[in-house]
Parts: sequence; structure tokens; C-alpha cells
Amino acid sequence: MAIKGRMSGNEAVSYAIRQVNPDVMPAFPITPSTEIPQMVSNYIANGEMDTEFIPVESEHSSMSAAIGAEAAGARSLTATSSAGLALMWEELLLAASNRLPLVMTLVNRTLSGPININCDHSDGMGARDTGWIQIYAENNQEAYDNFIQAYPIAEHAKVHLPVMICQDGFITSHAVENITLMEDELVKDFVGEYQPEEFLLNPGKPIAVGPYSVSNYAMEAKKNQEDAMVQAKEVILQVAEAFEKISGRKYGFFEEYRLEDAEYIMLIMGSAAGTAKEAVDELREKGKKVGILKLRVFRPFPAEEIAKALSKAKAVAILDRCESYHGTGGPLGEEVMAALFRSKVSIEAVNYIYGLAGRDFTVDHAKEVFGELESMITKGIRPEQFQYIGLRK
Amino acid sequence: MSKYSLKNIMNQPERLAPGHRMCAGCGATIAVRAVLRSLHEGDRAVIGNATGCLEVSSFMYPYTAWEDSYIHNAFENAGATLSGVETAYKALKKRGRLPKDETFKFITFGGDGGTYDIGFQSLSGAMERGHDMVYVCYDNGAYMNTGIQRSSATPKFADTTTTPVGTQSNGKMQNRKDLASIIADHDVPYVAQTTLTKTFEDLHRKAEKAIYTEGACFLNVMTPCPRGWRYDTAEIMKLCHLAVETCYWPLFEVDHGKWILSYEPKKKLPIEDFLREQGRFKHLFKKGNEDLLVQFQEEVDRRWEDLLYKCARE
Repeated sequence: MAIKGRMSGNEAVSYAIRQVNPDVMPAFPITPSTEIPQMVSNYIANGEMDTEFIPVESEHSSMSAAIGAEAAGARSLTATSSAGLALMWEELLLAASNRLPLVMTLVNRTLSGPININCDHSDGMGARDTGWIQIYAENNQEAYDNFIQAYPIAEHAKVHLPVMICQDGFITSHAVENITLMEDELVKDFVGEYQPEEFLLNPGKPIAVGPYSVSNYAMEAKKNQEDAMVQAKEVILQVAEAFEKISGRKYGFFEEYRLEDAEYIMLIMGSAAGTAKEAVDELREKGKKVGILKLRVFRPFPAEEIAKALSKAKAVAILDRCESYHGTGGPLGEEVMAALFRSKVSIEAVNYIYGLAGRDFTVDHAKEVFGELESMITKGIRPEQFQYIGLRK
Repeated sequence: MSKYSLKNIMNQPERLAPGHRMCAGCGATIAVRAVLRSLHEGDRAVIGNATGCLEVSSFMYPYTAWEDSYIHNAFENAGATLSGVETAYKALKKRGRLPKDETFKFITFGGDGGTYDIGFQSLSGAMERGHDMVYVCYDNGAYMNTGIQRSSATPKFADTTTTPVGTQSNGKMQNRKDLASIIADHDVPYVAQTTLTKTFEDLHRKAEKAIYTEGACFLNVMTPCPRGWRYDTAEIMKLCHLAVETCYWPLFEVDHGKWILSYEPKKKLPIEDFLREQGRFKHLFKKGNEDLLVQFQEEVDRRWEDLLYKCARE
């Protein structure tokens, strides 16, 4: 029996954490993810879950302790945002390279400076090469659903990699929406018991974690890690399929919104996809063949699948909620264009930067983007290939 | 207190196997073996380790010298990492996922770089939270693994590669940080300072007490480094002896807030006796540098008096 509720994104993820009831959770407060450790602490204080919470003195220590706990054989979790993730950076790499299937719930917020507490994806994107699986949500429902799928993906024998469950700071983390929750037992059964094969606290079977590795061995370890990331693709789909069976909600690498016959496609990630869908609905009513490719799984990057989904379009607008400061585009822009090139999909592709540090992204903005794509094809008016949306002139 | 016998202790199985790549005459390895010997037979342990000589020389893939479970994470987070391991133990015990009769102890080793400096916050956090673990600092007074750079544990006037002695420099300009005292101020149940002594009894007893006292405990063990201190490797025990007899490295413990002096030299030796044995202090014995030796002695005296005062308090 599904449970209807109204919750913010942080509440939804905390509710899922209570249901999964991981063994250990170290965390440190940082806006806008602070509510998650607060809510978890409340659940624990009232006997609704019994995770061991470690109130660490920094995010660096939260990731370090999560690594220690996970290596010891405990299902571990942490939560953070922005500068907290940046402070963990070295540890993110160690969690992945030690092949520890821990989970982080990331509430996306811009990186300083200037210091600003609002949403963009610069924190998550900054960690894009750390070896973590990254799954992004459009709304509270997806944040909840993605969290429930996190451990089954991370702990799968073919994967053994950490998973970052991302949602947009304030926009979804603090906004209250309707949500459909699952019963506790259903979630517990789906996620299952953690049964590590090798762990520090395995009596009589000691292991050593975190070796010094000379050049003769280190490269193979890195390649194995890359192989696991590639293998994660099929596991993510399997877990999504199993999840659909119990929830009725379907997930994949991305959502194709009115893409069947779309000539102009916007590729976007996170909460702004909801705004863009509204624009698509309005434009479709006027007969425009437009659609949205909403990326859910950013790591592993589903390059071929994206290229295939875009192959019949005339033009794509790739929207980045992150600046890369190299003068030619954002991270999504680069990777999607590389995917198109490698799959020999020769369509027009324009890269837009939007919503940095919480700047509004509106239905009108989305419509303007579609308008530019259409003018480019039908009137030959070539827009700037890398440009900002909603920038004050 | 049971009778201590070095011979009996040395007959226990080693928990740090030979074949690791630490230098001959290195104090760290000797200290580690001594700490591990104080684990009771049958008790299991998870050993943590900050990045440093000990880590890169004892766990080089695909070999490990550690008989117990072992985790190295990074340089600056041995405290936080082991606090995660210890919490996992609590969680797994609570949830019945570990046999009731299995006891694990948690010991982490870090050099002074990973403990006094880059790992200081992580250590302070772990101590304040009161995890049931022991943090053992093997203090050799510089970043030896990267090639003898100064740390906040480096004594004043030491010649290091980032405080080189030169025409305009007499080595390190600052006095060393008193870490044992700082950790004692965290009000943890047990803190002790020790080094390698003739029978190893002091280190053995303090390690045993730290491991078997519930809560966060801290050991500061002075471990000479032949590369950094520049001494004849065969003379390591003599150096440790002189460090204690000159009161440069006093032996003491802080047991639930009570400061206890473990040893008082019958006749305090002049600091020159300790310094003279080491290449890093060679310049102090050059003509014209007599005042530097006086300064060094004054600082040793001041700290010794302060320690006596703390230990005399009721």
C-alpha cells in the first residue's frame, strides 16, 4: 500500500534513510543539507531508527569515518552540500578506489566564491572524476526513489562503488510537494541486509585496506575501478526495473519527455527539468516539435544512449548548471558533444549555462532556448554556441 | 599489578611480521611492536595508520606486515577513520552481526606530522567524541617520510630540510608543541607519554592501560629516526635513555585527569648530553652558539618544572 504524503526533499530523503536504517552515519551540518542529519538524529532520539550517528567535526572527517565504517563491514552513509563536498575531495577518491559501497546524499549548492547558499551543480560536477556513481533528481519523489535504489546499486558484486544521490538545494530540498512513499517493510526487503564479503571486523579473517601500491600494480587497480563503473550501467537498469515492480515508477539513465518526434531537444538535469517540461507542453500546444532529455545518471555517463536518443533531432540545447572556467562550455556540454561526435550524430548543439548560485530559470527562458534552436535550423540564425541564460546585462 | 618480564613478553607471537621495509634503527617499528605486545592474547584488533613511513613500508601491495585487520586511509584522518571503524563495531555488535564473544580493540598509529599537524583536527574530534580507541603518535620530530621537514613536534634549533642551518639560520625557530598536554586537556580518560626504555615496561604498561581503558586514549611515544636525527643506528636505546635522563622527554601519564610522573631521574643530566649524539644539533656545539644551548636548557627546565607542578597537584 503506497502512502500519500507531503514532504520536502530533505524530509523525503530522511524518511528513506529511516526506512533503510543504515549501520553508521557520520555527518556535519552545511546548508542546505543540514536538515538531513538533524532529521535522522531526531528519528534516532525517538527510537524510530537505530543507526549509529557520528557528529564529526568536519565533512572531511565525515567521509573519513564513513570510509572506516564501511571498510569495517557497516553500511554507511553521509550527507553534505557544496563546500562540504569540496572538503571531502581526497576522501571521495579513496572511498571509490577502496571500492567501498557507501552512499552520500548530496543537496546541490554552488561552490564558493562568492559564498552563496543556493543551488547549482558545481559541487557535484566538481566531483565528477572521483569515481562515484552520481544520480540526480528532478523532484522530491525522485530523490526518495533514487535513495532507495542507491545501496542495491552500490553493493552489487559487479559494482562495489560509492553512490551519490543528488537533489537541488532549496528548490527540491526545502520545497514541500506531494509524494508517494513506500511501506517500511517493502523498502527494507528491497534494500536487503548488507553482506560484505571481506571486512575489517570479520573475526579470524583479517584484511588490510588502503595499500601503498607501486606503478606495477596501481594502473590495474584504476582500470578495474573504471570497469566497475562501466558495469554499473546494467546494474542501475536492473535495480530500476526491480524498483518499478514494487513502486510502479519507472527509471532509466534519463527520462525522455515528448521526444518521439522531437526536432528540438533540451538536455537538462535536476529540478529545472520540471520548468522545461512546462515550456515543452506550452510549445507542443502550438505545434512545435520539442522535447526534453532529462539526465538522471551522470556517472556512469550514458554516452551512447544519449547520442542515440538525440540522433533524430535537428538541434539540441545542452543546459549546464555549472561553469567550467575554460572558455568553451560546461561539463555536460563537453561530455554530450563528445558523445555525439563519437557516435557520429551530427546535429547542432548549443551549450547554455543557467541557474548559477540559485539564479531563476523560468518557463520563458526555456522557450527562448527552443526558439533559438528553431531559428538556427529554419532561418539560419546561428546563436552563440556557448552562452548564459538570465544573466543581468 | 602483575609482574612484568621482558623475556615472557618477547615470547608472544609478533603482530607486526618481519619483512617490512622500515629502516634499521628506526624507533617507530620498535614502538609499534611494543604496543601490539600489550594486546591480550585472544583479543582481536583493527589497526589504523596515517600516511607516513610506517604505512608505506609495512603495507606495500601485495604484501602486508600486519597480522591484524589494518586500515590506512590518508595522511590527515587517522583519528576520524578509526572512529568510523569503532562505531561500525558498536553498530554490528548492537545488531547481532558479530559474535558476542568476539572482542576487538582499536589502535591507530600516526607520525608527528599526521598527528600534531595535518591530522590534529581529526584527532581532536575523535578524542572529544570519546570513541573507544587508542591513538598512538610515534613522534620522531619531523616529517621523515617526505625527507625530514620540520613539524610542530620538531624541537627548537633542529636542522631540518625546511629549517636548514645556514649563515642566517640556527635551525627551527620555534619550540615544539606539547601535544600530550593538549590531548589531556580534552579530558579523555587516559593520556601517557613514553619512549623506548631498557625493559620496555613503561611503554608496555601504558599501552596496555590505554588499550584496556574504555574511551578515547592517547599515547605519545618518542621514537628516534636515524635519518632525521643523524645518529648511529646502534645507539637508539642510548638516545631514548638520555632523552629521559635530561628531562627532554619526561615519562608521565594523565589518568582520568590525575597527572602522574612515571619516572624522576636521580640526577637530571644536562641537555647537551642528549643533543650531542645527534647530527641535527651539531651546530649548537660550534663556538659562539653557547647561548643557544642555554636557551634549550631553559625551555627543558621550564617544561619539567611545569610537569612537576601538575603532578604534585592533589
